[in-house]
Amino acid sequence: MLYFAWLRERVGQAEEEVDLPLTEATLADLIRVLAARHPALDDALAVPGLVRAAVNQDFAHVETVLADGDEVALFPPVTGG
Amino acid sequence: MADPAGRGLRPVRAQAEDFDPAAEIDALAAEPGTGGIASFIGVVRSDPARPLRAMTLEHYPAMTERALRGIAEAAERRFAVRARIVHRYGRLLPGERIVLAAAGAPHRQAAFSAAAFLMDWLKTSAPFWKHEEYLDGTSGWVAARSEDDAAALRWNAAIR
Repeated sequence: MLYFAWLRERVGQAEEEVDLPLTEATLADLIRVLAARHPALDDALAVPGLVRAAVNQDFAHVETVLADGDEVALFPPVTGG
Repeated sequence: MADPAGRGLRPVRAQAEDFDPAAEIDALAAEPGTGGIASFIGVVRSDPARPLRAMTLEHYPAMTERALRGIAEAAERRFAVRARIVHRYGRLLPGERIVLAAAGAPHRQAAFSAAAFLMDWLKTSAPFWKHEEYLDGTSGWVAARSEDDAAALRWNAAIR
């Protein structure tokens, strides 16, 4: 897991390893696990559109199925340019 | 005429250091078939009503240049142009350059359109986040603007 911007600040770390107890786990499953693990993220993760994700450096939807070793990143909507 | 310094620079890149707009323009001018170049340069803005001390751009290093290349390639396919994107990260002061998006084309309309397309997609699809520090001691993350999503969507297609 990688966290950016205010998600990184709320989690208190930029990265961590997460083991999912499921096979065929989706990004939505992972987000449920993270919300339980990080109470500071719980409310943000419950609001649609407040948090975006990438899997293996590509923007991803919550239905995305995860594989062992995937790099998942959570971040706010981007504000570059 | 073309400063050869620009030719050695990768056309799409993320970097902490400043860039030389003239070198980027010259690199496009040196491309065969270029008849005109349109460019946009974004700089750190300080609102006089709430002066800014600095802006820090955080990014996702493993993803950034890939995302920028995807945006540049989409513009090149769509408008038959040569595109360049240079985007800085790190702590920047008011007035400092943040980003350059430029397109070289045989004729002006494709160059203007491609430069606007590059910026609209940079705003919504490049993994950068702006954090602002104000002179009054407050600070915070810049919120995404729904107008930016709408601007990107007016191109009526996903970029890949």
